[in-house]
Amino acid sequence: MRMNLDIVQETGASDRQVAYAAYNSNAFDDQKASIRAVTKTIPKNIWVDHLKRIQTDQDQQAFAELFGYFAPRIKAFLMKSGAAPGMAEDCTQEVMATLWHKAHLFDPSRASVSTWIFTIARNKNIDALRKQRRPEPEELTWGPEAEPEASDILVMQQESEQLSQAMKSLPGQQRELIEKAYFGDLSHGQIAAETGLPLGTIKSRLRLALSKLRQTMK
Amino acid sequence: MNIMNKITHHLSDQLLIGYSAGTLPEAFNLVVATHLSMCDECRAAALSYDSIGGALLQEQPTEDLGAAALSKTLALIAKGSKAAAPAPAGSDLPDPLSAYIGGGLNDVKWRPIGLGVRQAVLKTSHAATARLLYIPAGAAVPDHGHRGMELTLVLKGAFSDETARFAAGDVEVAGEDLHHKPVAEIGHDCICLAVTDAPLRFSAWIPRVAQSLFRL
Repeated sequence: MRMNLDIVQETGASDRQVAYAAYNSNAFDDQKASIRAVTKTIPKNIWVDHLKRIQTDQDQQAFAELFGYFAPRIKAFLMKSGAAPGMAEDCTQEVMATLWHKAHLFDPSRASVSTWIFTIARNKNIDALRKQRRPEPEELTWGPEAEPEASDILVMQQESEQLSQAMKSLPGQQRELIEKAYFGDLSHGQIAAETGLPLGTIKSRLRLALSKLRQTMK
Repeated sequence: MNIMNKITHHLSDQLLIGYSAGTLPEAFNLVVATHLSMCDECRAAALSYDSIGGALLQEQPTEDLGAAALSKTLALIAKGSKAAAPAPAGSDLPDPLSAYIGGGLNDVKWRPIGLGVRQAVLKTSHAATARLLYIPAGAAVPDHGHRGMELTLVLKGAFSDETARFAAGDVEVAGEDLHHKPVAEIGHDCICLAVTDAPLRFSAWIPRVAQSLFRL
């Protein structure tokens, strides 16, 4: 396990390719052809399959790979949000443990894996650092007989990737402002309503996903 | 609880970003989470702001973890998860709010604050105050201004003030510049969840005394 983790950290790209291949071969068998046609453009979003493997097979290898990629980023995120290194280390472990326990709640038609992990890390930050409860909206989950469609999953994952790309190409000042807002360096009065990011499509896809969920819940 | 088709007054993008970033005071988070439970429009917006957080996380320069971090995490996992306390069953209010009340509207411990208006302060962090307001049909909350920001989410009934009419699910975002006198509509008592990040300022002297007595 330890050795595998090292490999992931040193060669992130080839890890992605391996897992990307796994994504093509294992997941969503009936939809495989259509998925293969689209996956070429979303090489980074293989983490969806890792979560599925944790969810269905309690796959520790998949977990170790996710850990190798995300844990150092979660720790950095928590430290930027004001946590001391030791605290950030402990919280990162708790965030990753929560990911394992809540893997069944991850809905890839509503969020990318990094977005979902961000929400867990944010809530841990509020709980452990700010000592506050975090009120969350009522749960909306797919019933046992309904699942998100593979095409919805792909579009959401693609949109999230495009958002990441757009974030990279933002002017430095704009990006800095967004970082400040998300790392708690701005009060809500100072936050700009215009992020300059193309959120419109994601928002309308999410709106659609929610109304589909509402229909299956009736 | 989803009554989105009738909702016309939504949360501002600033508040949704603050909720997503996790930087709002607890009381504000409570209003946002309660509104999101009632309004899919704002829920979709909030989820889309989460995806900015996800993109930021992915782009983080990494911080090394201790050598045993993974095995420690696996040990944590082996211990099992703390089951979250389920929301009280059969509540007539959205889950996040019933969790703070410990039940539904019948479990609220109301205290009169004059002119038939009642309130119940909910326990949150001190950075802001959350309270439930019960305004009898036709009655008014005393004329007041704010030093900070006030959010008022309608749970039952409707009220109107100088700016507009607000019905179930609607949220009024009032800044320092708004001096208003909300009046509950005839026909139905109005129940709201209101939060402020600074004490309210009442115009008349008598409500000012009530304010010091009842933590308005």
